[in-house]
Amino acid sequence: MREKIKKRRIRLGLLGASAITLLLSGCGPQYMVLDPVGPVGKEELHLILLSVILTAIVIIPVLGLLVFIVWRYRDKPGNRAPYLPKWSESRVLEVVWWGIPIVIVGILGYFTGKTTFALVRPPENNIPPITVDVTSLDWKWLFQYPGQKIATVNYAVIPTGVPINFVLTSDAPMNSFWVPQLGGQEYTMPGMAMRLWLQANQAGTFYGHGANFTGRGFAHMNFNVIAKPADQFYGWVRSVKATSSPLTYAVYDQLKKPSVIGTTQYSSIPPNLFNGTVWADGGRYMPGMLPAQSMSTMKQSSSH
Amino acid sequence: MPAWLSHFTTTYLMWNEGPMIWASDVLILLTSLGIVVALTRLHRWKWLWREWLTTVDHKKIGIMYLIAALLMLFRGGVDALLLRTQLAVPGNHFLSAEHYDQIFTTHGTIMILFMAMPFIFALFNIVVPLQIGARDVAFPYLNAISFWLFFFGAMLFNISFVFGGSPDAGWVSYPPLSELGFDFGPGENYYLLAVQISGIGSIATGINFLATIFKMRAPGMKLMRMPLFTWSVVAASVVIIFAFPALAIALALLTLDRVVGTHFFTILHGGDPMMFVNLFWVWGHPEVYIVILPAFGIYSEVVATFARKRVFGYSSMVLSLMLISVISYFVWAHHFFTMGAGAGVNTFFAVASMLVAIPTGVKVFNWLFTMFRGRIRLTLPMLWTIAFVPCFAIGGATGVMLAAAPADYQYHNSYFLIAHFHQVLIGGVVFGMLAGMYYWWPKMFGFMLDVRLGKIAFWLFNIGFYVCFMPQYALGFMGMQRRMYTYPTDMGWGTLNFISTVGAYIMGLGFLFIVIQVLYSIKHGERDKTGDPWDARTLEWSLPSPAPHYNFAVIPTVTERDMWWELKERQETDLLKLKPEMIKPIHMPKNSGRPFLLGLSFFVAGFGLVFGWIPIAVIGLIGILLCLLFRAFEYGDEHTVPIDEIRETEAALGRL
Repeated sequence: MREKIKKRRIRLGLLGASAITLLLSGCGPQYMVLDPVGPVGKEELHLILLSVILTAIVIIPVLGLLVFIVWRYRDKPGNRAPYLPKWSESRVLEVVWWGIPIVIVGILGYFTGKTTFALVRPPENNIPPITVDVTSLDWKWLFQYPGQKIATVNYAVIPTGVPINFVLTSDAPMNSFWVPQLGGQEYTMPGMAMRLWLQANQAGTFYGHGANFTGRGFAHMNFNVIAKPADQFYGWVRSVKATSSPLTYAVYDQLKKPSVIGTTQYSSIPPNLFNGTVWADGGRYMPGMLPAQSMSTMKQSSSH
Repeated sequence: MPAWLSHFTTTYLMWNEGPMIWASDVLILLTSLGIVVALTRLHRWKWLWREWLTTVDHKKIGIMYLIAALLMLFRGGVDALLLRTQLAVPGNHFLSAEHYDQIFTTHGTIMILFMAMPFIFALFNIVVPLQIGARDVAFPYLNAISFWLFFFGAMLFNISFVFGGSPDAGWVSYPPLSELGFDFGPGENYYLLAVQISGIGSIATGINFLATIFKMRAPGMKLMRMPLFTWSVVAASVVIIFAFPALAIALALLTLDRVVGTHFFTILHGGDPMMFVNLFWVWGHPEVYIVILPAFGIYSEVVATFARKRVFGYSSMVLSLMLISVISYFVWAHHFFTMGAGAGVNTFFAVASMLVAIPTGVKVFNWLFTMFRGRIRLTLPMLWTIAFVPCFAIGGATGVMLAAAPADYQYHNSYFLIAHFHQVLIGGVVFGMLAGMYYWWPKMFGFMLDVRLGKIAFWLFNIGFYVCFMPQYALGFMGMQRRMYTYPTDMGWGTLNFISTVGAYIMGLGFLFIVIQVLYSIKHGERDKTGDPWDARTLEWSLPSPAPHYNFAVIPTVTERDMWWELKERQETDLLKLKPEMIKPIHMPKNSGRPFLLGLSFFVAGFGLVFGWIPIAVIGLIGILLCLLFRAFEYGDEHTVPIDEIRETEAALGRL
């Protein structure tokens, strides 16, 4: 995987070094999409740059031609440029401009397909991933760590260099989970558990926000993803367990009510809260949406 | 104040919401009073009813569409300025979240459905019959119905602002946000019923124009001799006929969910919200081609006329129009690459979306080479056409960037997307409609629009456009999402947002100059005595401006493409000249007040359903039924224009 990325990077570098420098120069870290910190965001950035270069191949000549033609053939007395009012067919020219876009779409389409398929797999195969269950609520984000048995609201801590398997649902209108510096987004939808692989390769605090409108409090649905080295991550998990109160169904029912709140964390999570939510919000009508072994326990927890 | 009255003013008139509502109430009241007083004092009520409200003449219907489109452009534009004002600085409190949500919802809905659609229909109506040598559309009565359904749909949508509250779930109105669980106000019902009513009219217009073009062309006008604008109407009509029913179904099912309590889209009862998303975009994406294809047709006419040259690659142009209309059905899922479709599905829709760029790119090159070796006159229609090329090229490029699915994961719902679709919809559709309006204005009204004011408007609007939307691409890369009513200071989005707002105001100023230009030219504009002020190419320019109500006293026989231009070149325009003995009586459709009453009945029924006031809804539905019944038993709906009248009209126009 890395090898491929490297190869592609060299190719791209040759093709569009100037375009890239143009784009990135003067772009500070505020340009989050152009400043990815993980393999997913980087892969997407490569595709973005490739698409910029390929479309520029058509756009720049078009702009040049337009200026030239309008100037050269303007209707002005004494303009001696040729005037051929009946000239309206040229097989050769037409083949050229049917052909060039077809080739460009071919190239871009190929790399698009390749990246699309690559991104549904974890970015690293050798490191065991960590799962974070994400629930969008009105108007806040709940993060549950089924492995660590803790939960947070409006922020998430992840270890660096480890693929994170974000499992997404919504217990409110559908939203979209987006952390630009880690990579592109995926929707959170009631009754569904959708997956998004992301990874941070450097420590830092990364801005995240819901990207799909959910009503009045939507503008305040921001959260941070904080990436820390693995040992610090586990230290944080221990401190959350030691110092916070548990997330119970009662607390969750409060959390679910429409409101805008700050950050908080919980020392434990009720078993099956996440899957139960998916089930209760309609997952029961969608066989295959939930892991088979949890299906049998669903009915109990959803009857809560 | 008695309790029931204060309940009424709070719940329905929303007088507790402050000055914006009060100002709108006063403005609406004053405007309505002004219109009533003016009509009464000038004794114009009868004129209004006879000449306009009951007309079935395609040219007049076109003009009414045009006026409505410009009014809606104003309303949608004011919405845009309110939104931009709110976003000008971080942490602004100019609008509340509720108001912001309502305004971006009405801005989107109005601009697409009540501005772009009537604008293209205006030009369909005004131009197509004249271009193909017909006396009217295939179904003139239905054409009037289409207009009045659109008109009353737009009315129903617009009164929501001052009566009951506007919709606030976005113009896409996805469930579950738009279902009763999260949105119980009447606003969403307004959206559903208003769009439904005008949508029925749109389907009828698509059928009408396809039938008109296929069945009513002048003798000799083979398909491959048709002007490209007419071809673009064929392409757009085909897309309308196939796409709009999907919207009608989606809206109808969501209406049932809300009004009757069904569960088509409520997942809790086994419904499927994704089904709405799919149905919406099965219409929604073709919809953008519905509005852009006629613009392509306009550019083709304008470029050929003002470069004084035949359109380059006519067959390619036709082929690419038809290709776009076919491909438009295989791209809808690119609006939700991020909704969990598999990699295979995303790749398919990504590549299909990119394919659209091929025929579109071909058209751009063909326009460039139409100008190449021509003689380019920089008239107003041509200026807008030339400005369209770079704008649309950049918008198209960002469209291809968005089509690359994994890249879209980073653009989706960000300001990059906002910048992109405004660039193609303004740079493509609005520029095109303005070019078309300027181009056919003398044909509609018999006078020219002032060039100096038009150029001021042109430059303001264009410069404003880039100032407004280029920063939004950058904001997308900076992670700013759409539909946020406010944003914090520390994101660094403030400067670019402020620049963008300045640009929006410059565009607003540009629009104002168009209004001034029209008002000024009504009095001072140069009259067009020739009928062919641009020295143009197609049949409509062989008629006087404005054309008599029957269009062609004698239907011409077409022998080639660009018929009028070729005749002028060969100095054979006498072939179209009338001889008194050629004139025969003409059958024309009779005017009817029923399309207007039908539209009104739909309005009443829709209004009743919005609030669940069944008696009012029933009254409306009875009105609809009566209109249909009376039409069913109408036998003599045509009248004959006698020879003498035609001779008199033509003689007065100096053509006999």
